[in-house]
Amino acid sequence: MQTNGHARALTLDQIRRYQRQIIMPEVGSTGQRKLLDSSVLLVGAGGLGSPAALYLAAAGVGKMGIVDFDVVDLSNLHRQILHGHSDIGRPKVESAADRLREINPDLVLATYNEPITSYNAFDIIGPYDVVVNGTDNFPTRYLVNDACYFLRKPLVDGMIFRFEGQATVFQPGSGCYRCLFPSPPPPGAVPSCAEAGVLGVLPGIIGSIQAVEAIKLILGEGAPLVNRLLIFDSLPMEFRQVKIRKDPSCPVCGDEPSITELIDYEEFCGGPAASALS
Amino acid sequence: MGEGAGEGELPMSIKVRVPTPLRQVTGGLADVEAAAPSVAECLQELESRFPGFQERVLDETGEVRRFVNLFVNGEDIRFLDGLDTPLKSGDELSIVPAMAGGA
Repeated sequence: MQTNGHARALTLDQIRRYQRQIIMPEVGSTGQRKLLDSSVLLVGAGGLGSPAALYLAAAGVGKMGIVDFDVVDLSNLHRQILHGHSDIGRPKVESAADRLREINPDLVLATYNEPITSYNAFDIIGPYDVVVNGTDNFPTRYLVNDACYFLRKPLVDGMIFRFEGQATVFQPGSGCYRCLFPSPPPPGAVPSCAEAGVLGVLPGIIGSIQAVEAIKLILGEGAPLVNRLLIFDSLPMEFRQVKIRKDPSCPVCGDEPSITELIDYEEFCGGPAASALS
Repeated sequence: MGEGAGEGELPMSIKVRVPTPLRQVTGGLADVEAAAPSVAECLQELESRFPGFQERVLDETGEVRRFVNLFVNGEDIRFLDGLDTPLKSGDELSIVPAMAGGA
């Protein structure tokens, strides 16, 4: 976390704005200063990115970057709560910027209205302390994982499918997405990219969990979701966890890595419903 | 009850947690009970009850697909005995596929 020399005192307005979290001993004025001096990159301003961005801006994260090349569509609005009806047709990063500045005018915001690829990933991710992954396709998921590993950035990951979601945190050295899933499903394994749908509230839950994890990483408080995959199923209303480990044979972070540069996988299935096994 | 089951012992029961994408072959069931002494045999049993189940988890060579992971009681079978990982009554087998959705 960057600090600008000696820790600066909070202003009166900041104390009033953040008083309900400052009074918690886990945060305090020191923790609030850490948040104000922190920077978080959100990959995707959609279902997961919406609640994550809203809560991180409200919590006082000082600098935020948002990457998304999409425009707001009517069909986004049942779940992408960063955007409103009057934003239809606007770039999502612009709509997001307006909403986030309204929530917290002190927020310093950088927007990237472009796809994240092997050409720009290092430049985009490089300046940030923490990356929150809210992408909707496998190629970007692998790209962001690999770039975060190469840059030694903590990655707060989340995925959603219909009524079910997953969340985890990859910290440099503790394993990565490829330790769990070494390579993307081949194009033939994902026969249909048609909308399978998602419960609008579902990304609200997973994206909010990602915001909690990002805040914990910045504060250095609590136990992050490292080496644990949290699985949430809203139909039986169950949270459970499985253990995930650093795989010594991981192609990216293992003992003898075979992948040492970024890869642009073919965009074989970019729909929000993309899932292996479907 | 299988051979060697002691008197008063309950029938073997493994709880299989079926992920959303696979529920189209289980008729929507999120949890399925099975009785098999290993992960491989459990998948075979599920295939006989839900045709198409196994091919979504295993590839043509019989290995677990690289975008699917199997966990017994929360432990990845790749760090146990793989598909030979033994199962006992009360165990939970979780099938966890890669999911891409986020938008």
